[in-house]
Amino acid sequence: MIANYGYKDGSGEYFISVDTEKCTGCGDCVEACLYGVFEVVENPLDPLSDDQVVVVTEAERKKIKYTCGPCKPVSDRPPLPCMAACLEDAISHSW
Amino acid sequence: MAEDTTSKEYWRWTESNWHDPDMDWREGDIVSAGVDVGSVSSQAVIMVDGKLYAYSNMRTGSDSPKSAENAMDWALEGTGMALDDIHYVVGTGYGRVNVPFAKRAITEIACHARGANFMYGPTIKTVLDMGGQDCKAIRVDQKGKVVSFLMNDKCAAGTGRGMEVFADLLGVHITKVGEMSLQVDEEPPMVSSTCVVFAKSEASALLREGWPKEKVLAAYCLAMAHRVVGLLERLGIEEDFAITGGIAKNIGVVSRIEKELEIKALTPSLDTQIAGAIGGALFARALLQKERKKK
Repeated sequence: MIANYGYKDGSGEYFISVDTEKCTGCGDCVEACLYGVFEVVENPLDPLSDDQVVVVTEAERKKIKYTCGPCKPVSDRPPLPCMAACLEDAISHSW
Repeated sequence: MAEDTTSKEYWRWTESNWHDPDMDWREGDIVSAGVDVGSVSSQAVIMVDGKLYAYSNMRTGSDSPKSAENAMDWALEGTGMALDDIHYVVGTGYGRVNVPFAKRAITEIACHARGANFMYGPTIKTVLDMGGQDCKAIRVDQKGKVVSFLMNDKCAAGTGRGMEVFADLLGVHITKVGEMSLQVDEEPPMVSSTCVVFAKSEASALLREGWPKEKVLAAYCLAMAHRVVGLLERLGIEEDFAITGGIAKNIGVVSRIEKELEIKALTPSLDTQIAGAIGGALFARALLQKERKKK
């Protein structure tokens, strides 16, 4: 399952996508992110399973454009810590 | 002079409740329920062994637990069933953690996927839920499991709340908005902003310019459709496609979404607002079955 967390507003579309098939719930991204965007929980989209997956926290979902800003300089963007930390390649950003 | 104030509450949509008089719930093995406390409306759905037995659909008040109780009471009305007769209740929607009698809270995305699968059958692949204050695009598999989703709850553009504001501004009853917006000879340019606040001021300006109400509504419905189509396209659309939530009852928005996507939405057989609560009730049943197996 691809879970898209974020929003679209007048200024653009800001989504962090998590591929829950790939995500192992290891929590490496949680540690890598300096701003606490992620947390590991029981898969909220599949209530009948007990799988652990990473999600974007409720509080961050409506402001990731700003929270993720410091990791996204306009020029010479380094690899994003969350994506670099994920060995399964489960995380992607739309912007 | 006494005035009929309800006729001036243009945003007020019709609340309803229903139960199947031909079904005897006492014969059922599992009685499950889903309560969807949304930002604008609340629904309670009661199912007996996975079959729809009763539901209610009403406005959410300022008190979430109370809204959940009211919805449940209204669904139970006339059934002879009491809250204690229900084996498992799942809460969903914005107020899902605030349903006092729910055993578990499940996100509305999972519930809508499951509910749409029940309402439209296993061929349903793409669900667009246009709710009171958010908009969800969901891809589901043939079992009603979420394949991918995208939710926009940051802004009220393309939602029921936006439509309520417009109904009020134009003095057109919310249930008439859709039809009225189709009474234009040709489509006007859409309002440039879907942000409800900006769109409202833009619409006021258009009215002052002399645009008829029909044309202003058409311009807004068009903008709303365009906006949610953008969300759907980001996710990818696969038929069958269906729309749930209150806006699914607005032919002005639905037909414009269909036109832009060049895809027809399935015709709903049930009240489109109860999809989430149906999903909740189905999950409640599945969770109880799982619990029983463990024992």
